[in-house]
Amino acid sequence: MQEPLVSFEGVAKRFGSYVAVQKMDLQIHKGEFLAIMGSSGCGKTTTLRMLAGLEAPSEGVIRLAGQAINDLPSWSRDTPMVWQSLALFPFLNVIENVEFALKMRGIGRAERRRRAEQWLERMQIAEFADRNIAQLSGGQRQRVALARSLVVEPEILLLDEPLSALDAALKVRMQSVLKNLQRETGITFVYVTHSQSEAFSMADRVVIMSRGKIEQIGTPQEIYRTPRTRFVADFLGSSNIFPGQLTRDAGGRAAIATPSGDFVLAGGGQGATPGQAASLIVLDTKMQIHFQPPPDAVNTIEARMIGEEFIGATATIYFETGAGQEIRVQKSHEELADLPLAVGRSFHLSWSPADGHLVPE
Amino acid sequence: MNEQNELNRNPLIDAALKLYVILAYLFVFAPILASFVFSFNSDRFPSIPLGHFSTEWYRAVAADPLVWEGLRNTLGVGAAVGMISTALGFGAAYTDYRYRFFGKQVYLALALLPPTIPVVIMGLAMLAYLSRIDLSGNALSVIIAHVVICAPFAMAVIRLRLSQMDPSLEPAAWNLGASEWATMRHVIIPFTRPAILGALFITMAVSFDEFAIAWFVSGLNETLPVKVLGFLQGQVSPRINAIGTFVFVTSMTLVILAQLLLSGRGPATDKE
Repeated sequence: MQEPLVSFEGVAKRFGSYVAVQKMDLQIHKGEFLAIMGSSGCGKTTTLRMLAGLEAPSEGVIRLAGQAINDLPSWSRDTPMVWQSLALFPFLNVIENVEFALKMRGIGRAERRRRAEQWLERMQIAEFADRNIAQLSGGQRQRVALARSLVVEPEILLLDEPLSALDAALKVRMQSVLKNLQRETGITFVYVTHSQSEAFSMADRVVIMSRGKIEQIGTPQEIYRTPRTRFVADFLGSSNIFPGQLTRDAGGRAAIATPSGDFVLAGGGQGATPGQAASLIVLDTKMQIHFQPPPDAVNTIEARMIGEEFIGATATIYFETGAGQEIRVQKSHEELADLPLAVGRSFHLSWSPADGHLVPE
Repeated sequence: MNEQNELNRNPLIDAALKLYVILAYLFVFAPILASFVFSFNSDRFPSIPLGHFSTEWYRAVAADPLVWEGLRNTLGVGAAVGMISTALGFGAAYTDYRYRFFGKQVYLALALLPPTIPVVIMGLAMLAYLSRIDLSGNALSVIIAHVVICAPFAMAVIRLRLSQMDPSLEPAAWNLGASEWATMRHVIIPFTRPAILGALFITMAVSFDEFAIAWFVSGLNETLPVKVLGFLQGQVSPRINAIGTFVFVTSMTLVILAQLLLSGRGPATDKE
């Protein structure tokens, strides 16, 4: 494998006694679209700002193309950033904004203008070249901000929640603009967001952070299918989590004892020792709903339906077990057609042991 | 004014408020207005009924070389004070904007203190201090004294503008390859330009009008307001009204210019 474009080696950041980022190791590969996701205060923006040279790491080394950049001031790094507020210069017009970075690099007027115009063209905002920033719509500003950062043709582009100010429809459009741009230019994108849909729809790899620590790194599919920690499962919100204790069932199979019942695990429990605390994770799409007790299912629970929610082609049905645990099940409308769904009625939920996996407590 | 506002207004309260504003302005500006009217009146003494319209007092003032000398001093001092105070005020405001340091509250309080000191005390102190270092009694001493009281105004005006700046703007410039100096030149100063010009005009206006401190330290290089006092002590002449009107119009022009720049209707501003 080739050398990573960026590597964080044991990087930590403290503000006084507050730890924003705990000892972190992270590699960013050339040409990938990496999303760093987490709720506010998880350290994702601090990580990005350290890469941009706006915060100095308290510990560890950050390398860009193999070279340690800890002591390099922001203006000597080629790590342009698209800001959450966009931070366009209000006293410059569109093309002057785009030319800014070239001007700072001492590139001559004619060359500057030519390259800026190319990027305006590419971002489809050439007609606004002489407009004031205040006269542009949100989506147009977004494109100016992208052009302003990309005009220097960097190896890496940092994006700090750039879409958060846009309305839902525009957000989706800009996501495809960003994804295409990344694919066409081959520039490495590091995209910080709190939005799962943004991260999962654009990124090649997603980093999930919580309290200054990386919880999981993987492709969107890996993370969605097998959240590695309880936090990730909770954060994604599409899994049912059964906290309990590892045990053996009557037949000697590995199982987990939870307040809602004992459930059999796949693959002999992955070498877990009985007595250990753990949580069983089952995706909401992997659960089956039955009105009559299913004869051949290994893992079943009886639960009372407490609500339903329709989103497009799928519905999410909410249940509550006798032990008071809430369970969500996601199904298409066709799959639900034969069930006499009604709030308050009892159903049997089942899943195959292969669709569940354990995370440490 | 949107419709909701129109709908929910009581016409009686509206009328009362309008009357109140008119009365308040009348109270403030009546003396100035009187001075303006009498400056064009042919009579020797300000009394009613008025005589006929005349510009003789303006001609008398214009013919007085002492007035011209005072005006030259005033304008020279005003220009210098404006520039120096604005530069100092900008430095102080930017320091406040950019840095967090121990004792910052004290730093700010001290920086904003001078205008709160009674002018007579300030004038006396300035005289005592400047004469000790052999700087009293000339235009330079007036400049120094006026900068002390004007710089805080400049700082307050520029600080307000900086507080309206997106805090990401400066790091965004660094991020795009601008060093700290380049950022100052290409981002901070252009962004604060309306406030810088506003501060320039306001400090010039303050210096232009300031009398008490100038009286203490100006010596023979009297500024116009000091000259006016000299006239008054000798005789009551309608020439005072002429000079007063002139000074008022000049100051108001500067203040209105500053106001236009600061309220964002000036040429170099953009509002989100």
